[in-house]
Amino acid sequence: MGPNTLKSVIEAVSDAVIAHTDELTGLDQKIGDGDHGFNMKRGFEAVLADLPAITDLAVGPALKKAGMTLVMKVGGASGPLYGTLFMALGDALPEDPQRGDYVAAFAAAIDAVKARGKAEAGQKTMLDVLIPVHQVLADGAKGAAVREAASAAAQATIPMQATRGRASFLGERSIGHMDPGARSSEIIITTVLNVLEAEQ
Amino acid sequence: MTDRVGIVIVSHSPDVARGTADMVRQMVGTDVPLAQCGGDPDGGLGTSVENIMTAIAEAWSEAGVAILVDLGGAETNSEMAVEMLPAEQRDKVVICNAPIVEGAVMAATESWGGATLSEVRSTAEELSAS
Repeated sequence: MGPNTLKSVIEAVSDAVIAHTDELTGLDQKIGDGDHGFNMKRGFEAVLADLPAITDLAVGPALKKAGMTLVMKVGGASGPLYGTLFMALGDALPEDPQRGDYVAAFAAAIDAVKARGKAEAGQKTMLDVLIPVHQVLADGAKGAAVREAASAAAQATIPMQATRGRASFLGERSIGHMDPGARSSEIIITTVLNVLEAEQ
Repeated sequence: MTDRVGIVIVSHSPDVARGTADMVRQMVGTDVPLAQCGGDPDGGLGTSVENIMTAIAEAWSEAGVAILVDLGGAETNSEMAVEMLPAEQRDKVVICNAPIVEGAVMAATESWGGATLSEVRSTAEELSAS
């Protein structure tokens, strides 16, 4: 990924998250504390403000820096969780990474998010999108197939009962709503794929 | 005399953090290093890694620092803040699994009495017996 692609990806992901602020907040109001959209918006606005310094770096260090910005600026649990995802991803990438390196780094980043959130698959969290998407990537899927997997995984959180995060306080009442973190993960993954496809 | 364990209060709400600190001060005065923070980076409900790191620095004690948190994000952000400390400080900071108000008051009272970090922690955590 060249510097221009990196800039396009980070910019597009930030814009997409910011554009979905109200939707994410709406989802979080149903089963959480209603701050997910606004917190993510604050974090990614800070990433955009820091874009020149971030995109000056190679892809690994750039992702680490963006992750650190999210940690410091988001203001909710999603800050450390998404921050950890991007920092661990950046940490695991070699110089000039190829497809296989990204898939392997994504696995390492998912493990880091599990550790940070003390969470596993099936608890109605962002992991319920990240894990299946990693699986299809590892199986060789590309473009539309990965987007479909992300969308299906986010939809699949609707019937789940939350056992981690603020939604777990609701017990069975968390069933019937999409997890906001799963939805924001879907938005980020879809946007990355869109940009990479357009640049090819 | 030896240093007393520092207490840090991390709430989603600036009002809860301030109020809890007031209740701690009522018990132990200014003899125990104490700092509090509450609110996201814009001052709304939430927590801020940067503010937690500042609070740890304010309440710093060679005897260690015990952090009391309210809900999930406060804990996750506190864990992040602790990991970002210099290695020699990291091992001297613990996050207590205890109710924030009662835990802070009990922890500070133990600290005032000269307890070690692990004694302060276990006294606070007795409050969250399952």
